[in-house]
Amino acid sequence: MRRILPGFRLTLGFSAVYLTLIVLIPFAALTAKAFSGSWHHLWEVVTSPRVVASYQLSFGASLLASLINGVFGFITAWVLTRYSFPGRRVMDGLVDLPFALPTAVAGIALTALYAPNGWVGALLAKVGIAAAFNRLGILLALVFIGFPFVVRTLQPVLISLSEDVEEAAALLGATRFQTFWRVVFPAALPALLTGITLAFGRALGEYGSIVFISGNLPFKTEITPLLIVAKLEQYDYQGAAGIGLVMLLASFGILAVVNGVQAWNARRIYRID
Amino acid sequence: MKKQLLILAVALLSASGIARAVELLNVSYDPTRELYTEYNAAFARYWKSKTGQEVEVKQSHGGSGKQARAVLDGLEADVVTLALAYDIDVLAEKGLLPADWQTKFSNNSSPYTSTIVFLVRKGNPKGIKDWNDLIRPGISVITPNPKTSGGARWNYLGAWAYAEKTFGKDEAKTKEFIGKLFKNVPVLDSGARGSTTTFVQRGIGDVLIAWENEAYLSLKEFGADKFEIVTPSLSILAEPPVAVVDSVAGRHGTRPVAKAYLAHLYSEEGQEIAGKNFYRPSDPKAAAKFASQFGKVTLVTIDEAFGGWKQAQSKHFADGGIFDQIYTPASK
Amino acid sequence: MAGAIQDLTTLRNATRPRRATEEGPLVRWALILVSVAFFTAFLLLPLVAVFAEGLRRGAALYLQTFTDPVTLDAIRLTLITAAIAVPCNTVFGVAAAWAITRFEFRGKQFFSTLIDLPLWVSPVIGGLIYVLLFGSQGVLGPWLQAHHWRIIYSTPGIVIATVFVTFPFVARGLIPLMQAQGVAEEEAALTLGARGWQLFLRVTLPKIKWGLLYGVILANARAMGEFGAVSVVSGHIRGLTNTVPLQIEILYNEYAFAAAFALASLLSLLALVTLGVKSYVEWRARQQLEESQS
Repeated sequence: MRRILPGFRLTLGFSAVYLTLIVLIPFAALTAKAFSGSWHHLWEVVTSPRVVASYQLSFGASLLASLINGVFGFITAWVLTRYSFPGRRVMDGLVDLPFALPTAVAGIALTALYAPNGWVGALLAKVGIAAAFNRLGILLALVFIGFPFVVRTLQPVLISLSEDVEEAAALLGATRFQTFWRVVFPAALPALLTGITLAFGRALGEYGSIVFISGNLPFKTEITPLLIVAKLEQYDYQGAAGIGLVMLLASFGILAVVNGVQAWNARRIYRID
Repeated sequence: MKKQLLILAVALLSASGIARAVELLNVSYDPTRELYTEYNAAFARYWKSKTGQEVEVKQSHGGSGKQARAVLDGLEADVVTLALAYDIDVLAEKGLLPADWQTKFSNNSSPYTSTIVFLVRKGNPKGIKDWNDLIRPGISVITPNPKTSGGARWNYLGAWAYAEKTFGKDEAKTKEFIGKLFKNVPVLDSGARGSTTTFVQRGIGDVLIAWENEAYLSLKEFGADKFEIVTPSLSILAEPPVAVVDSVAGRHGTRPVAKAYLAHLYSEEGQEIAGKNFYRPSDPKAAAKFASQFGKVTLVTIDEAFGGWKQAQSKHFADGGIFDQIYTPASK
Repeated sequence: MAGAIQDLTTLRNATRPRRATEEGPLVRWALILVSVAFFTAFLLLPLVAVFAEGLRRGAALYLQTFTDPVTLDAIRLTLITAAIAVPCNTVFGVAAAWAITRFEFRGKQFFSTLIDLPLWVSPVIGGLIYVLLFGSQGVLGPWLQAHHWRIIYSTPGIVIATVFVTFPFVARGLIPLMQAQGVAEEEAALTLGARGWQLFLRVTLPKIKWGLLYGVILANARAMGEFGAVSVVSGHIRGLTNTVPLQIEILYNEYAFAAAFALASLLSLLALVTLGVKSYVEWRARQQLEESQS
């Protein structure tokens, strides 16, 4: 029924071909590599205790970091789109900084800040908190790199939310909090979820900045991407591809669930329309 | 023979009338940046005066294993100058260069050698003299991860060689020694330079285990008033090898100049540059000249102590090898 | 964009007091305080650290960084890479968002999930897949080598890896927005006789341009700052295949800390310039709006 709009074949055809070339074919090569040798070796690699410990760390820290970003990202996006205060424009512009800063530089800069002899690290050390070369350091770096996702996916939606709806809610006697919770928040939820999901995904694969600040101790602060690099260093392409594939499948699953929730949510909203 | 090669090269070039600029790609490991910056300029002068041809050497630096892998996957290196023979062996296995590559130049194809020493804070406040001081409780040791860093493998093997000698080849005790050593390591950086930064810039650790040339370079870069070098009683002779990547150089038509490039490392000029950059020159005369700048140390080779790289690699650093065992929870 | 609309909103709000669509001053300032504090700790301090470290050895040395020919080569390569990768992904992003938000088709869910895939993959793997495909031991490697085509360890490989890592940004920026906007206006335009490109350029594009711009800016920033994936396919040949982020790592590893941070500050400046451009575009758009209204 929606097919009355033009461009279906052109847009879908083009994007499908592009997607195939850039993403699908290379991933077919990755999958082929993972299964190229003995299955036994593959299984042994992806389930070895050290690798499993790194999954726990990578997934746990990424989840935590993306939730932190969800909360503070929402507040920041809200503040940036709704209020005016000195420095707002500067803040708005600098939100993208984690993208612009190469991850390696981010790692170096964060380490310089949070290491025991850094500006912030020295202060924290006084109260007995070590913020670098442990799991807290990993979390700090992951929050840093994931921050823009939530803000940037929320901003356009918060802006495009028609004010009429809020006015209507107010006229109908809703308090400000009710208006927010029942009207604004549900409308912004898909974007918030997208933002958190994107931040999570980005955090999961992050390598460049983490290796500087984590300490890389096996079973303690060793993230999965580091193990992939370690496998490659031993010319074990199959093992590297295998671990990569496990991460990919896990995140693909989570992603599919989130997208499913979103599609459901979108349908729900359209039905109200 | 080298001379003949050069003459041959000159003859070939002038005969075909293509005395235009030639380009070489030298794929190397991390700590050699300063060395090759200086050497490339010297070689270009030498080659120009010898043949009239301009030569430009492009450099690529990175972790030794990563660099070897890049060459394996198609990085068109005319010559490789890596941290360990194992990485070049892998190239030979895949047929990029002949299996007997290590016999092509003298001294196992290592124009310069180095060893593993300790860098400590000025005045050596923790009194670190030798490897056995590193396992004392409360000593914080900085070394990179042997899984991802070639230099770190030398560090590990140096410690192993010392412990093996101390305990009279008692493997259980040696393993325990290594285990204690790595329990004192708070940060395992992924590369040698990362460890140096952690130690020097971040102020973490009491001692950094490092290449000798890296340690001296740190002194030069960051000031001898902040750090000092401790040479242990026994250490490992690190022989960073060089080789012409035959298949690539053949395709580029650069074999003669690539050979001359590596051969010139053994010349008086090349050895001088190596010594100035804190590598131990392999030529006895040059070695004598620079002997005073290095500490005295008994050196064991990897072939004597470990039966060669392949064996060391599979026993210590492969998955499930001794290094992994140190970190498995059961042994904690 | 936030600025333009925000300013218009405050303008309107000033004339008409509307309590229930605004928070109380206490809540408002608490929220501002929280976000500013978070922002300062996580974003501002690292940025300040970058500039402070870059300028530590003085302005002369800072500027000297940008006269090094190898560094200039790196800057050029980064610009070329972004100039190819970002437009490609913009076209893709618009096409994909149009297909996904305007039509129902089988496998839409799967399709939309695939778009996000590059974001989820560790950059290390992102580089590795192209090595497995185009490397001399890879599937297409021998054929490429026989035809003297170089992909990895050369500019094409760096561009492809960059396309890969910046792949989802434009599409991701557009999909929620276009979903929220619905299709009513397009359908109305359609009944009024608008067709094809006209419909897109006249009706859809003005509606989505801010979301599109955000996507492009994100993609561009990421394209210029990408380190992991590019590092795998670059080969690190100085003056040839080093992008700015790789050059920063090299400088850092050569203990040229000040130079490394100086170059890093250039990337940050670049982001700030993009921001300036963005503000200018917004300002122009607002002026046009006011002109058309008067």
